[in-house]
Amino acid sequence: MAITVTPAAAERVRNFLEKRGKGVGLRLGVRSSGCSGQAYVIEYADRVEPEDKVYEDQGVKIIVDPKSLIYLEGTQLDYTREGLNEGFKFNNPNVKDTCGCGESFNV
Amino acid sequence: MALLHISEPGRTPAPHARRYVLGIDLGTTNSLVACVRSGVAETLPDDNGRHLLPSVVRYLRGAAPVVGYEAIAVAHEDPLNTIASVKRLMGRGVEDVKRLGRTLPYEFTQADSAMPRIRTVAGELSPVEVSAEILKELKRRAQATLGAEVRDAVITVPAYFDDAQRQATKDAARVAGLNVLRLLNEPTAAALAYGLDRRAEGVYVVYDLGGGTFDVSLLRLNRGVFEVLATAGDSALGGDDMDHAVAEWLMRAAGIGDDDVQGGTGVGRLQHPASRDTGTSLYGAGDRMSGATADRKRLRRLLRDARAAREALTQNSRTPVQVARADGSVWEGALTRAQLQALVEPLIDRTLPPCRRVLRDAGLRADEVLGVVLVGGATRMPRVREKVAEFFGRAPLADIDPDRVVAVGAAIQADAIGGNRRDDDLLLLDVIPLALGIEIMGGMVEKIVPRNTTIPVARAQDFTTYKDGQTALLVHVLQGERELIADCRSLARFELRGIPPMAAGAARIRVTFQVDADGLLSVSAREQTTGAESHVAVKPSYGLTDAEIERMLRDSIAHAREDEAARTLREQQVEADRMIEAVTAALAADGARLLSADERAAIEARVAELKVARDGDEARAIKRAVEALDGATGGFAARRMDDAVRAALAGHRLEEFSPSPEPKPR
Repeated sequence: MAITVTPAAAERVRNFLEKRGKGVGLRLGVRSSGCSGQAYVIEYADRVEPEDKVYEDQGVKIIVDPKSLIYLEGTQLDYTREGLNEGFKFNNPNVKDTCGCGESFNV
Repeated sequence: MALLHISEPGRTPAPHARRYVLGIDLGTTNSLVACVRSGVAETLPDDNGRHLLPSVVRYLRGAAPVVGYEAIAVAHEDPLNTIASVKRLMGRGVEDVKRLGRTLPYEFTQADSAMPRIRTVAGELSPVEVSAEILKELKRRAQATLGAEVRDAVITVPAYFDDAQRQATKDAARVAGLNVLRLLNEPTAAALAYGLDRRAEGVYVVYDLGGGTFDVSLLRLNRGVFEVLATAGDSALGGDDMDHAVAEWLMRAAGIGDDDVQGGTGVGRLQHPASRDTGTSLYGAGDRMSGATADRKRLRRLLRDARAAREALTQNSRTPVQVARADGSVWEGALTRAQLQALVEPLIDRTLPPCRRVLRDAGLRADEVLGVVLVGGATRMPRVREKVAEFFGRAPLADIDPDRVVAVGAAIQADAIGGNRRDDDLLLLDVIPLALGIEIMGGMVEKIVPRNTTIPVARAQDFTTYKDGQTALLVHVLQGERELIADCRSLARFELRGIPPMAAGAARIRVTFQVDADGLLSVSAREQTTGAESHVAVKPSYGLTDAEIERMLRDSIAHAREDEAARTLREQQVEADRMIEAVTAALAADGARLLSADERAAIEARVAELKVARDGDEARAIKRAVEALDGATGGFAARRMDDAVRAALAGHRLEEFSPSPEPKPR
C-alpha cells in the first residue's frame, strides 16, 4: 500500500517547496506524543536517509521512515479549507480514534 | 480534525503546542495581518478574499463597532462616528489635537488625562482605543484563519515614531488582547520580507511611498545584523497627491473649474493633500468637511477616477477617462502614460532630497547602496521605479506586493522571535529618530543620545551642581535637535534628592539614558558619592506629530547658526550669573573688612556693568564684562585667600604643616 496525495495537496506542496527554494520533498511521519497517543509529523525534507521509503505522486516526493510507515500505510494526504482556515489533513485508514482536536490519534 | 502545516525539518511542534505569532502592519489608511505557515509568510485575507483592512472604525450605539470596508461604505452618512486615519493621532497630546481641531471632523473632549478623546455615540474614545478595534479585527481574522488562539504579535511602526507614539501603539495592542513581542520599524520589516538579511553585507535603501506619506530609510546589514543608519521623509507626500494632480488635470481637460466642483462656496478648491495633514484621505471619513454634499460626492468620484486612471497606466500606456460636468453632460477623453508622468514628475522629484539626506546623514554615496526595496502602493508606478533606479543606479526590488511587503516582513520577524526559525538568529537594530537629552543651566539642552543612534542603547554623562550646598537636582528629559529647551519637546521631569551639601561643581551626578529594543526610554540619575538615585521610565506625555518631527529636524538644520549663537549667549549669561552671585556673596562677607571704600566701589561698578551686559544679547559683551570683573576682583580674592589661610594657621606652628610628598598632577 502506497502513500498518496490528493491533487490539491500536491499543488500546495509543490508551491511551498518552490517558495522555500530548497528541499527534496515532504517528510511524513508519526511520533508518540499528544493526548491520544500518536501525532503526525509533516516537514520539509532536505535529505533522504538510506532506510527511508520514498513515494512519488503527482510530482511530489513523499518520504517516510520505516517506523512511521506502519502507522501511515495507505494514507492519503489532502489539503482542505474549513472556513478561513486551510491546511493539510491525513486520511489515514489505520486510525481508530482521534482526540477532540484531531492533532493526535490512536491506531 | 485539525489542519496541519509543514514544518522545517525536525521542528514539528508537539500537539497543542503550536504557537503562531502574527505580523501586523498597522497603517494609516490600510492595515494587514500576516503569518508564517508551512514556512511561507503570507498576508491573511478576510472571507471575501481581501487582504487589506481599511483602517477605519465606525462606532454604533449599543452595538460592537464596525471596522474596514463596511465602515468606509457609510463614512459619509455617519461622519462623527466613523474614525479614519487614527494613526495620525496616536501618541498626540490634547494641545496638538486642538491645533488640528479645525481640520478634523471629529468632536474632541477635554479629558483629565493628556490623551485626547473623540466623542462618539459609543462614548468618548481615545485614539488608542480606536486603533485597538483595528487590531482586534485583525486578530479575529487571524484566529479564524489559523484555527488557533493567537496571543502574540510583532507590530510595525514608522521609523520616525517617537516614544509616545510607540507606547500608544503598544497600549492599543494591549487593549486588543495582543502581546507585543516587538515593535518593528516598517523599513526594516520590508528589508526582511526580501530576505536581505541573507544577502551580502552592505547598505540597503527602503523607499516607501504610501498613500499620504513618504519615508526613506538606509539600513546596514553587518554580520547578519540589521542596523537602521538613517531615516528621512515627507509626512505629507504620497499617492493621494498624485490623485489630486490627475484630478486637477481631468477638471482642466473637461473645461470645468474648481468652483464648478465645489459649488462656488469658495472654501473648496481642490483640497491639496498636503493641507490634509490629519488624514482626510481619499477613502477617509474626512472628505466631507466642507462644501455641499453633492459636490463633495463628485469630488470624491473625481479622485476615485483619477486613482483608477493612474493605476490603469501602470499596465497600459493609455487609458480612457470621463468626467461628469455639473450640468449632467459628460466629457470623455484619454490620459496617456506620458501625460501622467508629466503630472506626477514634480511629486516624484520631491522624494529625492530625502533620499540624498539619508545618504548624507550616513556619509555614503548612492553607488555604495547594494539594493533598494520598494514599499507602498504608489511605487507600482513605472515612473517612480525609473526615478528610483536612476537615483540609486540600480533596479529596485519590487517582486513582493508593495502593499503587503511590510506585513510579510513583520510575520517573518514574528516567526523568528516566536522560536520557529532555527538556523539564522535574526537580530534587528533600530535608531532614535530625534536626539534625547536633559536641560542644563540657562535653558539649554545637553544631548546625551544623538539622533540616529542605534537601539537598544545606554549612554551616561556626568553632571554637577550649580550652587553651593545644592542638595537636589531637577532632571528634565527632552527630545529634539535644537539647542534650547523651548525648541525641543519635553518628555519627563524628575528630581534627584539626597545630594550631600558640597561646593558648587563638586558633586558628581551620573545621568544614564537607556532605550530598549522597542524604542522606549528610561532615565536615571545617580549621585556618585552617596549613591542617591532616582529614575523615570518615560511614559511620554503624549503629543508630537509626524509633521512636527519633520519640522523639528528641518528647523535644526535651518537654525543651526542662530542656535549656536543662542547657546553661546546663554552660556555667557550663566557664567555672568554665577560670577555676580559669587562676588556679591564675597562682598557681603568680607567686603567691609578687606576692602577700602574706593576698591569696593570699583568692584561694585564692574558688577553693575556686568549686570547690564548680562541682560543684553551680546555674548561677547558679557564675556568682556566677566573678564573685567574677574580682573577687578583679583586683589580682593587674593586677600580673602590670605585671610582664610591666616585664620587656619592661627595657633599652629609651621612644622605642623610639613609639605606633602608630591602633589598629584590633575
